[in-house]
Amino acid sequence: MKILVGYKRVVDYNVRIQVKPDGTGVVTDGVKLSANPFDDIALEEALRLREKGVAEEVIVVGIGPADLTAHLRNGLAMGANRAIHVVTTDAVQPLTAARIFQKLIDKEQPGLVILGKQAIDDDANQTGQMLAALWDRPQATFASKVEIADGKVTVTREVDAGLEVIEAELPAVITTDLRLNEPRFIKLPDIMKAKSKPIDTIEFASLGVEANDHLKTTHYAAPAKRSKGVMVKDAAELVAALKQKGLL
Amino acid sequence: MSKILVIAEHLNGKLNSSTARAVSAATAIKPEAIDVLVLADNADAIAAEAAKIDGVSRVLTIARAENAHPLAAVLAPQIAKAAAGYSHVFAPSTTFGKDVLPRVAALLGVAQVSDVMSVEGSHTFKRPIYAGNAIITVEADAGSTVVATIRTASWSAAATGANSAPIEALSVEATLPSHTRFVELQSGKSDRPDLQSASKVVSGGRGVGSKENFDIIYKFADKIGAGVDAGYVPSDLQVGQTGKIIAPELYMAIGISGAIQHLTGIKDAGTIVAINKDGEAPIFEIADIGLVGDLFKIIPELEQAIG
Repeated sequence: MKILVGYKRVVDYNVRIQVKPDGTGVVTDGVKLSANPFDDIALEEALRLREKGVAEEVIVVGIGPADLTAHLRNGLAMGANRAIHVVTTDAVQPLTAARIFQKLIDKEQPGLVILGKQAIDDDANQTGQMLAALWDRPQATFASKVEIADGKVTVTREVDAGLEVIEAELPAVITTDLRLNEPRFIKLPDIMKAKSKPIDTIEFASLGVEANDHLKTTHYAAPAKRSKGVMVKDAAELVAALKQKGLL
Repeated sequence: MSKILVIAEHLNGKLNSSTARAVSAATAIKPEAIDVLVLADNADAIAAEAAKIDGVSRVLTIARAENAHPLAAVLAPQIAKAAAGYSHVFAPSTTFGKDVLPRVAALLGVAQVSDVMSVEGSHTFKRPIYAGNAIITVEADAGSTVVATIRTASWSAAATGANSAPIEALSVEATLPSHTRFVELQSGKSDRPDLQSASKVVSGGRGVGSKENFDIIYKFADKIGAGVDAGYVPSDLQVGQTGKIIAPELYMAIGISGAIQHLTGIKDAGTIVAINKDGEAPIFEIADIGLVGDLFKIIPELEQAIG
């Protein structure tokens, strides 16, 4: 079985996001970029499934400009067998990303697609669900546990009411939640090895995907600030303050 | 004029209050009609509750055995069919809405607006990105159905009681897949309130140290009748990063430094209390009440002071 993994590059989660004063975007020049944390979890899960013998091949997929190659090399260093780079300089919205994946699925015929539940830049939380709809296959979003046996996947999902367990026939789409696993660190020898792993480059325009679904972002603003609070000196003072507010 | 279909969220035969919050957002568009769609195996009791929400024009029900559990692959084709004739389809941005609605959007071939915080016009909305560190204004295509999830923490629930909307059974022709099956819902062993409905939430961070140490957080939460956020996560990534947004009256962040991403999920809380041994921790920037000190010393003192 092949596993396709979405591997998006985003502004690193430790970066303090600054909105440009003219409201046209957020500052990304000179800002550290990293793999979307949920995608690292997706890749880790795929690698574990390969190590268990459930899958033979793990393919990371990136959509972005020419310099995305370095990012995909990180995915290869982490352990993916190969990478697919869909080249475009345009920002890609979730429906377009899902349509791109659908084209890649037609070509690669994976048994499983694992994506992060959301990217920490646009926070859309849509691509996996949209892909499952277009592919007409099961979806298991917000996964915190994945088990595969007999052509079926059993997924524990983190839902508001607790943990929901569902069973789905393969092929299927899984999206990862934070507690699914802890991604491995990349070791130096793996970085060397990754240099010889293949990256297929596909021009976005050659896929025949329509990209007319775009929502138009007209303005960016900084969020409203909370006003600065007070410091108390001990537990008794804290309890008194909370009681005064009627919270205890 | 706009006509809005709101997808009801429910569990164990009861309507979830997130539905009335989504109705609030629908009301803000000043539409010609707001219909609530209940998909369930037995929809009567849920529909009766939905009919009481102010602003609701009609409640539509699709009662089928396959709708006993909220499986996105099963619900989405029915919702996509039911959406015909509506200008907007809304669902709460809970794990239910986040799961099912993008699937509906893709079936309709349209984009989705996630986490609507405010309505600026029938096709213009504000929503958070970068974990709430930026707020964008987005315009949806005027010629397409607007599919949107409603950020529940940004909307108060529409009032209930005065309304008595008609309830109608709806039948849609949709082929439902059998490739996905519900197994079980584990809703936790304790009586602790769930995070979306809890008025008080206690959260412990890396300062707690280990999974074993986390018991002190659970014990304290039970003492004040609070829900527990996140549980122990052996990672730099914390609450806000999980994408969960909660808005309790009281949020107590214990041993959490408040790494940038974390602060988002809790920014809508009424009162934020931070307890951390590092007085410079970023969490203090957003806390209403801060206390610097060792949590293992402070928590027992708090328990004692509460009595």
